[in-house]
Amino acid sequence: MEKNLNDIFQAKIDREEKIEPKDWMPDAYRKTLIRQISQHAHSEIVGMLPEGNWITRAPTLRRKVALMAKVQDEAGHGLYLYSACETLGIDRDTLFEQLHSGKAKYSSIFNYPTLSWADIGSIGWLVDGAAIMNQVPLCRCSYGPYARAMVRVCKEESFHQRQGFEILLNLSKGSDEQKAMLQESVNRWWWPAMMMFGPSDADSPNTQQSMQWKIKRFTNDELRQKFVDICYEQAKILNVTLPDPDIKWNEERGHYDFGEINWDEFWQVVKGNGPCNKERIAARKTAWEEGAWVREAAVAHANKRAARKTKKVA
Amino acid sequence: MANHLHDFLIHLGDNALILGHRLSELTSHGPVLEQDMAMTNIALDLVGQTRNIFQVAAKLQGNGATEDSIAYTRDATSYKNILLVEQKNGDFAKTVLRQFFYDAFNYHAYQRLLKSSNKDIAAIAEKAIKEITYHLKWSAEWVIRLGDGTEESNSRINAAIDDLWPYTEEMFKFTDYELACHDEGIFPDIHGIKAEWDEEVKNIFAEATLTVPEDGWMHDGGKRGVHSEHLGFLLAEMQFLQRAYPGQQW
Ligand SMILES: [Fe+2]
Ligand SMILES: [Fe+2]
Ligand SMILES: [Fe+2]
Repeated sequence: MEKNLNDIFQAKIDREEKIEPKDWMPDAYRKTLIRQISQHAHSEIVGMLPEGNWITRAPTLRRKVALMAKVQDEAGHGLYLYSACETLGIDRDTLFEQLHSGKAKYSSIFNYPTLSWADIGSIGWLVDGAAIMNQVPLCRCSYGPYARAMVRVCKEESFHQRQGFEILLNLSKGSDEQKAMLQESVNRWWWPAMMMFGPSDADSPNTQQSMQWKIKRFTNDELRQKFVDICYEQAKILNVTLPDPDIKWNEERGHYDFGEINWDEFWQVVKGNGPCNKERIAARKTAWEEGAWVREAAVAHANKRAARKTKKVA
Repeated sequence: MANHLHDFLIHLGDNALILGHRLSELTSHGPVLEQDMAMTNIALDLVGQTRNIFQVAAKLQGNGATEDSIAYTRDATSYKNILLVEQKNGDFAKTVLRQFFYDAFNYHAYQRLLKSSNKDIAAIAEKAIKEITYHLKWSAEWVIRLGDGTEESNSRINAAIDDLWPYTEEMFKFTDYELACHDEGIFPDIHGIKAEWDEEVKNIFAEATLTVPEDGWMHDGGKRGVHSEHLGFLLAEMQFLQRAYPGQQW
């Protein structure tokens, strides 16, 4: 019986039909999706912090408005994704608990600090840029609610990417100090952005299963290569050097070769030892805990109102 | 240059900018995701309104002034916002109540600016009034929820009333530049605002099971450039890049 259901399920996926919340699905598929979607949702929410950091210091009113709007978009992405995750039978409060306790992960990139205004540009260009590369294929993910959420998210992410690039382009045409600010920032963000695609394929045991389920469409290394190829060309426009002496065009492969990622750093940050892991989680926990009385008040008031209404009707 | 008109524009823009900035400090720290977004939305509207207002002020000022030179290169004594909007966010109750007091004033003030004899100001009000109507709805609803919520939320909003009430009178203590604008029909019927504000506060507080305080000692000075200690720090943060790298494009 189980085997039969599994066959029907996989056949549906092979025909590129969407799996919907009420459809039968293997437990492992459900678990994988909950892990991936919640991780993604948490990344959107934690990702608001490093950028939110510069809203009060944005250099012009126009930049201030654009940055607020961007960070607000990320909150919206978090909302769509938590809702998509809830269709799999887990609620938002439980997901928050998992984030706060450290049980659930989020993208390691957000454990790096934003130290200059140029970082706001670098995050848009490289971090949103890498996110798009990861996420565009997810618009065709086999799980319907996730795929649909990603269509909305991706539209906004590509806007963020252009906005970030434009911040950097402006710096590249500015004073020597601004150009130095740009280069220094790209030096710090390049490698962490490269790590956003996850471990190399050889160390990524779940990739095969995710590809078969059509949650994933490309491997980590394929996406990373695509990212390098595109960024190298864009770096030329910005007049900025990518901090990797080994980047060079490989005629035979038709791609850029690039240097070895520091996987030790990657795993250290995943384990909680990045420069800002503790601050990020503390900020989320504080917001949640300090908001408890507000959420309770809202519920209490809604109950009182409903009670008064019933009384009137009766 | 008509000084009272310029001063009035600066006053309007500073109110929106400083409150928008205060709210923007909360982005990504809200008590729940939906309200984080709502507060950021209000901040976005307010800084957007600031831009429209300062663009008109910059034109009037000439000499290469821009919305950014007005926002980023003035010291605190040149800022003309009311003291209320520069008060720290405090807890959510204080944030909400500060917003409500301001929105209730602003709503009735902008209703009048819609009929301003100055076309630029009327156009600014036309754009802003929908936003301000929404802000007032949001903040009034939260005052009701917190007042008529739990014991804790009720005591928190009462503490916020104690803190903020002394800053409300300044809105109705009109300066020379406001009165001059009034005389020219730029800011019509300003003396009617107070009664409408009182009515608004009375009604919402009643629904929130809150008591409107007796009028005691009231602070003022912001509109004349005499601020609380908070504003200097706010500006130091906001103006940092423009001060550290003067005259550059961003
Ligand atoms: Fe996002
Ligand atoms: Fe994302
Ligand atoms: Fe984004």
